[in-house]
Amino acid sequence: MGLRSFFDRIEPNFVHGGKYEKYFPIYEMVESFLFTPKTVTTVAPHARSYIDMKRIMTYVVIATIPCILFGLYNVGLQSNMAIQEFGPSGWRAGLIGALGIGFNPNNPLANMLHGLTYFLPIYIVTLVAGGIWEVVFATVRRHEVNEGFLVTSMLYTLILPASTPLWQVALGISFGVVIGKEVFGGTGKNFLNPALVGRAFLYFAYPAYMSGDTIWTPVDGFSGATALAVTASEGVGQLGAYGITWWDAFIGTIQGCIGETSTLACLIGLGFLLFTKIANYRMVVGCLAGMIGFSLLLNLVGSDTNPAFATPWYWHLVMGGYAFGLVFMVTEPVSGSHTNVGRYIYGALIGFMVVMIRVVNPAFPEGMMLAILFGNVFAPLIDYFVVQANIRRRARRV
Amino acid sequence: MAQTYRDMLVDPMVDNNPITLQVLGICSALAVTSSLKVALVMAIAVTLVTAFSSMFISALRSQIPSSIRIIVQMIIIASLVIVVDQALKAYAYEISKTLSVFVGLIITNCIVMGRAEAFAMKNPPIDSFIDGIGNGLGYGLILMMVGFIRELFGSGSLFGITIMPTVNNGGWYVPNGLLLLPPSAFFVIGLLIWGFRTWKPAQVEEREYRIQTVEAH
Repeated sequence: MGLRSFFDRIEPNFVHGGKYEKYFPIYEMVESFLFTPKTVTTVAPHARSYIDMKRIMTYVVIATIPCILFGLYNVGLQSNMAIQEFGPSGWRAGLIGALGIGFNPNNPLANMLHGLTYFLPIYIVTLVAGGIWEVVFATVRRHEVNEGFLVTSMLYTLILPASTPLWQVALGISFGVVIGKEVFGGTGKNFLNPALVGRAFLYFAYPAYMSGDTIWTPVDGFSGATALAVTASEGVGQLGAYGITWWDAFIGTIQGCIGETSTLACLIGLGFLLFTKIANYRMVVGCLAGMIGFSLLLNLVGSDTNPAFATPWYWHLVMGGYAFGLVFMVTEPVSGSHTNVGRYIYGALIGFMVVMIRVVNPAFPEGMMLAILFGNVFAPLIDYFVVQANIRRRARRV
Repeated sequence: MAQTYRDMLVDPMVDNNPITLQVLGICSALAVTSSLKVALVMAIAVTLVTAFSSMFISALRSQIPSSIRIIVQMIIIASLVIVVDQALKAYAYEISKTLSVFVGLIITNCIVMGRAEAFAMKNPPIDSFIDGIGNGLGYGLILMMVGFIRELFGSGSLFGITIMPTVNNGGWYVPNGLLLLPPSAFFVIGLLIWGFRTWKPAQVEEREYRIQTVEAH
């Protein structure tokens, strides 16, 4: 086809000795985005597999599609419901009014489009700001821009509140890409999840924009607590008073970041990732076991002063970012443990920490982001002990 | 000594900086750099303590028995730190409250002990004094750079004077709260070290190990 021959024609300009040699990473990025990479390993061992990095990354992006679609719907739904009360404002209202779509929360299409006006600007800014850093580092360091950034940018967008100012979006992804990944050598050498590093940066730098009651639905004047905030202050039994049922939280029509509210959508993504064996089931099992075990223990212990102790595990599962983090962040192969036993321990550590932060720490109602970053930091240590234990076990056999 | 006084003063600024090259004194650099004023006072205090302790230790160096030299050095450093602490309490009480325990902890600052051990025990008093001033200034330089970034972007001001009016006070600048937390100094110092080592590649440390490349058969 024309496109392939176009690439073949311009390629000599970019390879070693060509006119635009310096810009090879950009050429390579566009080419390998559109076509299968031509490179094969030159030295032994040669392993044949249909799974390469491009396919892994593409599968993860595919797995986020249910979350994206539901996120669009839910952001629009929450905004449209709030608009019924507070009235429309801003350029989005003008755009939607001009298109004649209206703000009816019962119309799924209107909700999706309204959500899209929040999702797209954030996603585009993420791609541009993060992409610039990727290309700068790729050019200077002479490595390739790879598809990993597509995953990072999508996950990053989905874990932001829809009301995040765009300059903060750009700042956060810049921090995530540079400090979370590129300073350690790029994709595959990052010991932390870059999307979460960016999110954590925003969380600590601009707490007023990242937590509280007014930010989850991007309509002026709106105020509504997340399920987690209610649980932390009044206990899970009071959720009904705010009109939140377990099924609402499971389906995802609650307050929260763009893509994280729907446990159902995350589980669909998990099914896809497990079926294609991109995600390792051991981490998921470990993380569920850690969360369920520790929350059951806290249920047993109980507390007179802290109502969050009584939160049952099936509520922890559907509230906040637990499901999203479990599916897309815990299972990330690079920043997690690499040994099979280690993966169980790594998952369990995160599951334990998330309940610990949510319930016992009074400062943060949500703990998934911090728990995963904590797990990332410990992953190499876990691997080390697992490997040492194996060596000792085998040494005894001699 | 082949080193001139100028070398002794200038060398620790960039080429042999106690923070960015030797990575000493990090703890106090994290704690006191959220505002420039405090960082400046701390830098002056450390400079004076390093300079005078080096001078006194150097003057006594042939009298100090080697087996108890650390104790003697500590006594000299601790006396100076107490003097600095009392002076701050008398003349700059507010700042002394902000610095709190970190003035006292100058005793444990590796830069002071490091210069006493590495330089003052082998060199005459005047040289040691200049060396102490130089190292204090090198420490202070980094403290001021970190403090500049943290105060400017963390609260929109420099030395307490508003540069960028913040949103809370009716301005336009949204302050970056992370920069007011001590861990942010890790990022800032890390980036500074990155910058210094890109500028002066001689400072780059050798790798501890290399990833082996597989030979083609």
